[in-house]
Amino acid sequence: MTMSKRGVATDSQNAPEANKAAGMKHNLREAFRRDRVWPWLIDEPQPEINVAHQYILYVESLTLSFDGFKALNDLNLYIRDGELRCLIGANGAGKTTLMDVITGKTRPDVGTVYFGQTIDLLGRSEADIAQLGIGRKFQKPSVFEAQSVFANLELAMQANKRLLPTLLARLSGEQIDRIDEILGIIGLREQGRMLAGALSHGQKQWLEIGMLLVANPRLLLIDEPVAGMTAQEAEHTAELLKTLAGDHTVVVVEHDMEFVRSIAQTVTVLHQGSVLAEGSMAEVQNNQDVIEVYLGEEQ
Amino acid sequence: MSSTSIPAGQISTLHAIRNKAPLFLAILFGATLYASVCNLYVPQGSVFYVSTYTITLLGKYLCYALLALSVDVIWGYCGILSLGHGAFFALGGYGMGMYLMRQIGDRGVYGNPELPDFMVFLNWPELPWYWAAFDQFWFSALMILFVPGSLAFVFGWLAFRSRVTGVYLAIMTQALTYALMLAFFRNEMGFGGNNGLTDFKDILGYNLQADNTRVVLFLLTALALALAYVASELIMNSKFGRVIIGIRDAEDRLRFLGYRTDLYKVALFVYSALLAGIAGALYVPQVGIINPGEFSPLNSIEIVIWVAIGGRGTLYGAVIGALIVNYAKTKFTAILPEVWLFALGALFVAVTIFLPNGLVGLFKRRSQGKLS
Repeated sequence: MTMSKRGVATDSQNAPEANKAAGMKHNLREAFRRDRVWPWLIDEPQPEINVAHQYILYVESLTLSFDGFKALNDLNLYIRDGELRCLIGANGAGKTTLMDVITGKTRPDVGTVYFGQTIDLLGRSEADIAQLGIGRKFQKPSVFEAQSVFANLELAMQANKRLLPTLLARLSGEQIDRIDEILGIIGLREQGRMLAGALSHGQKQWLEIGMLLVANPRLLLIDEPVAGMTAQEAEHTAELLKTLAGDHTVVVVEHDMEFVRSIAQTVTVLHQGSVLAEGSMAEVQNNQDVIEVYLGEEQ
Repeated sequence: MSSTSIPAGQISTLHAIRNKAPLFLAILFGATLYASVCNLYVPQGSVFYVSTYTITLLGKYLCYALLALSVDVIWGYCGILSLGHGAFFALGGYGMGMYLMRQIGDRGVYGNPELPDFMVFLNWPELPWYWAAFDQFWFSALMILFVPGSLAFVFGWLAFRSRVTGVYLAIMTQALTYALMLAFFRNEMGFGGNNGLTDFKDILGYNLQADNTRVVLFLLTALALALAYVASELIMNSKFGRVIIGIRDAEDRLRFLGYRTDLYKVALFVYSALLAGIAGALYVPQVGIINPGEFSPLNSIEIVIWVAIGGRGTLYGAVIGALIVNYAKTKFTAILPEVWLFALGALFVAVTIFLPNGLVGLFKRRSQGKLS
């Protein structure tokens, strides 16, 4: 701005040229001011998650069809900040698809998904959404089999995940302690050095839960956490999920009704891509619609 | 595989388990220095004399080893099967070749001080603009890195952001190197067409035919291989390397952990292409020619075979594979040239079936067997 003003003010022909050069010099000097940091070197602060209205996740009129089959059909779901929510529903009810949409793996045809009141999740990449603080545990345990249990947790740990910081990353004492603590919680301290691929199925499930813990996300989406676990292990998992709720918001998809009963505060029943019923376990169990389409089959 | 408890203090050293660099460097420098001394200071009649022909041959093998290393980085660690790494190798080679052509000056067949022989032959009036600065070594060196690097960047950016993986990516890389081969075969491109670039005289003022120059080039190749090895090992032992291995095994998982895996892949692909380009640049002055044949899709497939035979995902396996296969190739093609491709194919099939971890896997299994 100042540059053009000066150019107009002078009459001589050479002056604009000289001013231009001075302006460039000025810009260059500005660019290399030692009291400033280049903008692209500054870590962008993560957008604030606005939970002023006590809700952390707003899913509205979500519709998604695959070749005419409506996997999600005008689905509305609101999750309170800090709650432990269970999603149940028969196969094909849209539970995993819903998680895919929330975590950015799949784009819906219609609808909105907001994280807090302000952050629109649609159109963001998986990595972006994960960085915002949404963690996910897959149905099938998905760990890095060729790496040690310890390295698995290190990779999951909250950190700057851009290229250069990752290349130069060194674990601090606190981080090592944190990983060690998690290893204790998930009962794999003895197996820290083992390759994750050598763990049993149940242990892999635990490792994946540990990866969620160490990442410390605001919202955890957990797909069938107790598949392949013994009754005792499942009980342990239930305890853990209950302690997580509060500081974190936990959404669990599970088929095992016994497990759901043991942890559920609020249960949402999905059916053919939309919400059929919502409420406490007792309410849901007495809901006529639910009895007909879902629980009815078991009884 | 023991499941003993780890004392807290030892956890930080958990990752430093694959540190094979000291042994590798000792063997590499020991062998290359021995060969160099035996070439320069041992009289020709002695049994210990190493001929200059052998030195050049070994130098060529080391270039191939560096090329194999670059493929191992991307394929063995990241699971990206590139069947087009010969293209980066050849581009690096052409960068060096253009510099060497400009150094010929008026010593060419036609004695034109400005134009390389093939341009005089094609009646070109003047040097094309993109040849202009190649009389400067620094510029050529820059281009040797810049051209393969930027091609890898653009290709990787387009491919990895669109999440092209597996066989589709491999086919695309084949197409890439094939397209470049066809382009470089054309005389109008200005890279010597079919005949490529050859008849080099000297590099930085040193006669390319002299024993001393050959030995220095050979040692520089060994140095480049050593540096690339150490750099690659450092990268793979860092958290970055663990992300790379994670991409190979469960890329989706990493995305959901917040890693932009496409950027990691682009970065590694560029790094790998730079190594391949350097290998090509070191190869050309030692071999004395670069032509479009280097872009041939078959060449790129051969590199992958070296790595598979040596054993992928170990770095040293790739080097060993490149050395063994190329030594065998030299021997075989001298005795039974027609049989070579069949032998290579058979070797590849045999290794894939019986030694999925390559020759290196054989040693590993044996040493583990001894431990337990």
